[in-house]
Amino acid sequence: MAKIIAGLGTSHVPAIGAAMDHDKTHTPYWKPLFDGYGAARDWLAETDPDVVIVVFNDHASAFSLELIPTFTIGVAPEFQPADEGYGPRQVPVVEGHPRLAWHLAESLILDEFDMTIANEMPVDHGLTVPLSIACGQPDTWPFKVIPLAVNVVQYPPPTGHRCFSLGRAIRRAVENFDEDLKVVIFGTGGMSHQLQGERAGLVNKEFDTAFLDGLTGDVDRLTKLSHTEYLREAGSEGIELVMWLIMRGALADDVTEIYRHYHIPASNSAAGLIVLENQT
Amino acid sequence: MKPKKDYADIPGTYVFDGEHSQKGYHLNMFCMSLNKPENREAFRADPDAYLAKYPLTDDMIKAIKDRDWLGMLRLGGNIYYTFKLAIFDRLTMQAVGGAMSGITEEEFRQMMIDGGRPIDGNRYTSEQQ
Repeated sequence: MAKIIAGLGTSHVPAIGAAMDHDKTHTPYWKPLFDGYGAARDWLAETDPDVVIVVFNDHASAFSLELIPTFTIGVAPEFQPADEGYGPRQVPVVEGHPRLAWHLAESLILDEFDMTIANEMPVDHGLTVPLSIACGQPDTWPFKVIPLAVNVVQYPPPTGHRCFSLGRAIRRAVENFDEDLKVVIFGTGGMSHQLQGERAGLVNKEFDTAFLDGLTGDVDRLTKLSHTEYLREAGSEGIELVMWLIMRGALADDVTEIYRHYHIPASNSAAGLIVLENQT
Repeated sequence: MKPKKDYADIPGTYVFDGEHSQKGYHLNMFCMSLNKPENREAFRADPDAYLAKYPLTDDMIKAIKDRDWLGMLRLGGNIYYTFKLAIFDRLTMQAVGGAMSGITEEEFRQMMIDGGRPIDGNRYTSEQQ
């Protein structure tokens, strides 16, 4: 039987990946952020998962406004880094786990979550930056990856409650898989930030801290945050945080916070990271 | 009856809802096309001819040519799409953030280092009158 044993929440700011790709992680601007990633990398290396489900959003790379699926699961054997206008990031190809991914797709749909299934899906910084944050710069990613893309660009994204419920269903589905696999789930995006308009650059540390605290202390409150609260308090792009609730839903009711890191700024955003393990 | 948008009173924020998306569809899809290297080359070689391939309004064409980042948002643009034009220009998100909020790239960068734009006073349009 496969089992989700832990979750990791992290921002996926493209500039974090660019800082790594261009060897700038030791500059005064970036060092305080990257210094906080070491402990999470050590934890993940020690945890050594077989598969990581990465909940992320596409930023007009694989998807555009032609088709806007709310939840998409990638079932392919591999996913190429997307060209976001600079040429693709020079990071390893992302290897999928088609058998588990198809099991998830089938289970989730029969569990009444109407997933879109992707056989071709170039993955942009939303997915590759979290891998870089969590693994550094290996020649190949040290685990298989199942990409789960969530629409958060076209309003409205799915509600936080719906995301949490999907996480619950993912947990049930993983536990019904017939192979022994150690699975970790990443929730990515956020934290508070606004890229657009006259309010660009908005950051709300108080909101972010309460969100991080809520992942262990009061998940119920987080699942009830309205979209307008996210938009107003965390910024128009801070609403990406609903994706962290899929991660949280996939974990046990009681989790232990293993590690946390929070830093302002990463480019135009507040950057957060949290590691949560199931209590057993 | 049209439902009330309870996010309409957030200052300086263009929520990319259905109404906005419908308005800006072609503007955004032009920006999307810049993901492909051959399209970037064609746009660089002859901007007018390239823009003529999209059913854009005159206002959109002017905003694109003026690199009026706020204007593009007001015409239905979404920042993830319009930023593709900024990438084409080799601009940073901080340069665009500054341009949209009336400060320089360096001032914007410093504002972020200093903790970002504060939430207090920026929740409601009524706070800014």
